[in-house]
Amino acid sequence: MALQMRGITKRFGSVLANDHVDLDVYQGEILAILGENGCGKTTLMNMIAGIYFPDEGQILIDGREVVIRSPKDAFEHKIGMIHQHFKLVDLFTAAENIVLGVEEEGRYNPKNVVSRVREIAERYGFQLDPGKKIYDMSVSEKQTVEIIKVLYRGADILILDEPTAVLTPQEITRLFAVLRRMKEDGKSIIIITHKLNEVLEVSDRVAILRKGQHIATVNTAEMDESKLTYMMVGRRISLNIDRKEPADAVPRLVVQGLNLSSGEGIRVLKDITFTANGGEILGIAGIAGSGQRELLESIAGLQPVESGSIVFYNPKKDKPVTFFHKSMKKVRELAAEGAFHDREGKPVSFQGQSTAQIRKRVESGEVLFNEDEMMNLRNRTPLEIRQLGIHLSFVPEDRLGMGLVGNMDITDNMMLRSYRKGPHGFLDRKGPRAQAEQIIRELEVSTPGPSTTVRKLSGGNVQKVLVGREIAYAPKVLMAAYPVRGLDIGSSYTIYHLLNRQKEAGVAVIFVGEDLDVLLALCDRIMVINGGAVTGIVDARSATKEEIGLLMTRTERREEVREA
Amino acid sequence: MNIWLNFLIDSLAFGAVFIYGSTGEILTEKAGHLNLGIPGIMCMGGAGGCLVLNAIGKSALPPFVIVTLGILGALAFAMLCGGIYAFLTVTLRANQNVTGLTLTTFGVGLSKVIMTKLDTVVYLVSTRDYFRWPFAGRKDSLQLLGVLFFLAIAVALISSWVLFRTKTGLHLRAVGENPGTADAVGINVTRYKYLATLIGSGIAGLGGLYYIIDYMASQEAYLSVEAWGWLSIALVIFALWRPHMTIIGSTVFGILFSLGSFITNVSWIKVTMATIPLLKMLPYVVTILVLIISSIRNKRENQPPASLGLSYFREER
Repeated sequence: MALQMRGITKRFGSVLANDHVDLDVYQGEILAILGENGCGKTTLMNMIAGIYFPDEGQILIDGREVVIRSPKDAFEHKIGMIHQHFKLVDLFTAAENIVLGVEEEGRYNPKNVVSRVREIAERYGFQLDPGKKIYDMSVSEKQTVEIIKVLYRGADILILDEPTAVLTPQEITRLFAVLRRMKEDGKSIIIITHKLNEVLEVSDRVAILRKGQHIATVNTAEMDESKLTYMMVGRRISLNIDRKEPADAVPRLVVQGLNLSSGEGIRVLKDITFTANGGEILGIAGIAGSGQRELLESIAGLQPVESGSIVFYNPKKDKPVTFFHKSMKKVRELAAEGAFHDREGKPVSFQGQSTAQIRKRVESGEVLFNEDEMMNLRNRTPLEIRQLGIHLSFVPEDRLGMGLVGNMDITDNMMLRSYRKGPHGFLDRKGPRAQAEQIIRELEVSTPGPSTTVRKLSGGNVQKVLVGREIAYAPKVLMAAYPVRGLDIGSSYTIYHLLNRQKEAGVAVIFVGEDLDVLLALCDRIMVINGGAVTGIVDARSATKEEIGLLMTRTERREEVREA
Repeated sequence: MNIWLNFLIDSLAFGAVFIYGSTGEILTEKAGHLNLGIPGIMCMGGAGGCLVLNAIGKSALPPFVIVTLGILGALAFAMLCGGIYAFLTVTLRANQNVTGLTLTTFGVGLSKVIMTKLDTVVYLVSTRDYFRWPFAGRKDSLQLLGVLFFLAIAVALISSWVLFRTKTGLHLRAVGENPGTADAVGINVTRYKYLATLIGSGIAGLGGLYYIIDYMASQEAYLSVEAWGWLSIALVIFALWRPHMTIIGSTVFGILFSLGSFITNVSWIKVTMATIPLLKMLPYVVTILVLIISSIRNKRENQPPASLGLSYFREER
């Protein structure tokens, strides 16, 4: 028995994060701590690592009670934690980061550190250049530095908080191999996760937490996914995503040869070409920071692109012109191009008419806009896109930064989409309020009411409000970047079902995700990008995780990629 | 001696003022604290040293002891100011810019009050030659290179060695780059921030004393210390946060700054009174150029410490 926790309780204000948790960790085992977000997994582990101090209860190491008040105390008891957000100094080399804070005998000699780091790396099969600067490293390399940092301090109990969240499948396999080797070496490994397949793959035992309470610790060999889900969530939920065959998929958004450079002159999007079809979910897979964000933002009109085209095919016909107030010159130009027609389908001409006359005709609704043609979205602002009558919804990655305003209530956040609609300079609050109430009711947002500040909602509820608003806009294209990040299983599946409903309604859904299992189960096609370039577009029904993982790390596009 | 060599030595000697100021500022900035109080601290260091010398200047103590006590006086006053700054910005997490600027106003004013009460004959005339050991009494400009000049060079070199070659330096740089990380590996962030601020202030304070007692050795000298303080802060950028680089930077600044007065002695160059202020502007122009060049090159190692100016809160829920 390496470590025992007895009756550990931790409160944050009125919130009970851990409620009398008992946990045993044996020597030479991999123990998975499983639970939904906010169930207290990380808090519990932070108490062993010295980040928090328990309000009640004891921690015993090798049978003796210990007091761990700081990370330093934890190191003295040979406990090391690898946090989800790496704690590394970017400007330092791997070796410098590893030796940081270690008290050793004798003079500091960087050469000795480097050779010891190499020794540890070889022993467990890590690949690491000790002299490489952190800012030059990939996420996986940074994680390696964190693990070696802990091993360098002689840790026998290693805690890894969601270690696979940012890795590719190949990197996960490598990490698990290293973890198994450490286990054989007699180390105790605790891995915090909410991914069931990983629990089943790597752990010897699983401890399940729910709402701060320890539900059970069981042997992994006796478990399967549905049993674990039941224990974790406390009720049965269907883990199947009902994926229908796309019904009459038509091209809705065609992106061709899109190039974009960042402010520093680095090319972030390289010659991106793809088609998003209506009635289909197109997944985008890639290592974080491969250009997903830039791609969606340039389509949404938030980033001016360098070259290429973004063409939107609007299915609606005979829609009254509504963008009249924008620019009279533009209206005249479009009319001259034959973009408008009347109810009989004859082209409308404004030849020789005054501004007032045109205004009158447009406002009467007799001028119709034939939207069936291609519309180039390139370098249009979000407002211009909206004024063209294009229903493009965007659920950004940064919910409270770009999607919603945290300090405003739900109704006001609805109005971010509709504030221009009010009569005579006054705002229309009734519509948005009704919409807010509808979203709360239909998506089961747990909130006291529509006048609750968004910041006070939990992550899952914030996301429901955002996705709800974007769907209420009746989009033709719905782009969602990591819409389930940080959400518990229940909320995640609500979002998946919502996306599926949109797909069935003929919307072109673009889904940027990080969990490959979900991408494969939800999407119809998956586009893989790496370093801002498309490395392949695969059929999600036949592709494998390994195939996508390879594409995620490959640098150039392979010609024989199976197009869906 | 050749006037050009004289000019060079004079520039070197003048530059030592900046070596103190900017080495002190670099140490503080490496801990993540932008100390704009350096001009005030240099003034206070000068005043503190002079106050002690005013008391013992005419005594029968051996010269070595008088010099040492003078230096300790400067250190004490400067570190006291540094302590105020550290308490406000580290412990109370006050805004660093406001605290620093206030400290400068305070230090400059108080030092002027102190200096006007002192007797020039006692603190300056009787001790000047002690500070100019080993070249005291020489007629050429070598007399300008005294104890405090060599100490400045030593301080800059030692600071660089500590920062970039020792574990203490590694820890200090980690605190300035990413205090959260430093804290997580068990480095006492508060202690490092305090020590860096105090030692940095002490070093800067010596610059004030050096300028008043040694380099200028005049009654009016204390009035311009503040200006050199600001220039020292600019020099930190010029030196790219490396103390040993301040030796080169200070000399360049010294040359540029003395150029105005020197150039009038060179017979074959014609200057009018109007051009001299323009020449005196050169150090600032060079600082701007260095800023532009280092920004364009955008090398990570040449950027200010990542958490400079930010107060550190340990993450709590």
